[in-house]
Amino acid sequence: MAYVAKRVLTTIPVLFILSVMVFSLIHLIPGDPAQVILGQDATPAALAALRAKLGLNENILAQYWNWLGHVVVGNLGNSLLDGESVSHLIFQRLPVTLELAIGTFIIALLIAFPLGILAAVYRGRWLDGTALFTATIGISVPPFWLGILLLLLFTVKIHLFPSSGYVPIWQNPGRNLSVMILPMLSTGFREAAVLMRMLRSTILEVLHEDYVRTAKAKGLNGWAIIVHHALRNALIPVMTMGGLQLAGLLGGLVITETIFSLPGFGSLLVQSVFSRDYTTVQGAALVAALAVILVNLIVDVLYGVVDPRIRLGKKAS
Amino acid sequence: MAMLEPSTEQPQTVLRAAPSAHRRRWHTLRKNRALVGGGSIVFVILFAAVFANELAPYSPNAQNYSAILQGITWQHWLGTDNLGRDTLARVLMGARTSMEVTLGAALVGLVIGVPVGIISGFYRGFLDDWLIMRIVDAIQSFPFLILALVLAAMLGPGIRNAMIAIGIGYIPVFVRTVRGQMIAESEKEYVLAARMTGARDWRIMFLHIFPNITTPLIVQVTLAAAGGIVAEASLSYLGLGAQPPTASWGSMLQVAQGYLNSAPLLAIVPGVCLVIAVLGFNLLGDGIQKLWDPKRTD
Repeated sequence: MAYVAKRVLTTIPVLFILSVMVFSLIHLIPGDPAQVILGQDATPAALAALRAKLGLNENILAQYWNWLGHVVVGNLGNSLLDGESVSHLIFQRLPVTLELAIGTFIIALLIAFPLGILAAVYRGRWLDGTALFTATIGISVPPFWLGILLLLLFTVKIHLFPSSGYVPIWQNPGRNLSVMILPMLSTGFREAAVLMRMLRSTILEVLHEDYVRTAKAKGLNGWAIIVHHALRNALIPVMTMGGLQLAGLLGGLVITETIFSLPGFGSLLVQSVFSRDYTTVQGAALVAALAVILVNLIVDVLYGVVDPRIRLGKKAS
Repeated sequence: MAMLEPSTEQPQTVLRAAPSAHRRRWHTLRKNRALVGGGSIVFVILFAAVFANELAPYSPNAQNYSAILQGITWQHWLGTDNLGRDTLARVLMGARTSMEVTLGAALVGLVIGVPVGIISGFYRGFLDDWLIMRIVDAIQSFPFLILALVLAAMLGPGIRNAMIAIGIGYIPVFVRTVRGQMIAESEKEYVLAARMTGARDWRIMFLHIFPNITTPLIVQVTLAAAGGIVAEASLSYLGLGAQPPTASWGSMLQVAQGYLNSAPLLAIVPGVCLVIAVLGFNLLGDGIQKLWDPKRTD
């Protein structure tokens, strides 16, 4: 419990610093933010109105305090574009991104598990070599180029999947999947490569442990050892990936959504960047960072549940 | 193993041991395929980036409307784009853009990350635990590409700002690497010895310890460069990195997406360059790591 408490406690300063950073974003704009947002031909009255709306006239501490007070209750301000609530805009777009992330993770697991286990079991053989080589390439292929290649192959050359026309999964699951499968594949391949390498090295490590030798001595066959001992340990890298890779994945999804014109969180961010809708950019950045912090916190707490060694080790030291 | 190699010469004098040790080292180097492969790729890309103007058969921005969207021809080895610009010339120039941004970003990350990591790891304590590392955590909680995207958006599009945005994204990794090494080294005897001679803190930090932790840092910089190449291409794809007509692999891919049907080559060439560059830096990083710490790689 002390482990969990400490972990939660260290999150508090991170959240505070994060809030300061996100708040300061709007002040990074060179010159007068109101002028940049409205453009060169804005009337002084419009500029003054926007400054008042953004609260830019107050002193900086008061601005931060007001902003924080709103953010804490979930009010991320209003879009500079059409005045819609930023939280609402983000909330609307989340299902697409969530589906994409889950699909990516499933594809990564489906590819990485069999390959990672086989590569470890047949270490040094051609299967291992091929798997490792594929993984090295997989890590080096930027998901967004893979996305363009998949588009080229499956929608332009052979018309297997539509290139656009997203519908929510609850309206038309078949159509939804046919639009989502290519984006999922393009991000899933890289995650699979990362996970496969992690799984392989974890399993190899476990196979050298004393308790595996004991299991062998008891007469357990190879696959029983893999399933009972190696795979349980392999849960740790899978969870690490869920946590650490989420940040990279979220970033990657931004561009994947743009390529496949999916109406997700990432394309909202990109659109807001181009329409100079800075409050939405600010809100989206905050939500992305909070998601990463939250998932990492959950992963760290779960470590202790899955692997008693981590929990007990902390207590003993 | 070099020791088991059949020796053609008789072991004669102690002096003979020197070239053999040298040969053994050379042998380990050559056997490190990641290092050799990655190093060669990175060398070729840096060469292309530096001599892009001399190597390019055409000016990368020269338009030729009588030869648009061509495939592989004798005049244009890798085809042309929608404005009739030579793709080979543009990917060479793209290498320059990519290296410029990536190396510039690494410099930004190092200039900030290294001193902070050194001080944080050397002094530890409250400042390290509750401020510096928590700031690092906070920066790291932004997905790398989202951080670069948001910063580039706030600072304005362009190569210089892309450099700064990506460089800030590098800071957490560099701080963590340097700090971790710093903590491990601070306990060692030579540091104690330096202290006993009355050396000042900054002298111990920068002149005694830092030279000993450069290898892991070089590994991290190399691996970060691979990420930086993708980040630059992504920003340029979105229109926040290199501005037209400057060639960048990312912006070339963005143009190519509009001509997938008529000119698929346009989407393939910059992508292949991108993969080779990222692969090169990844391999080089792995190779240096293997050279420095053979235990950690199997």
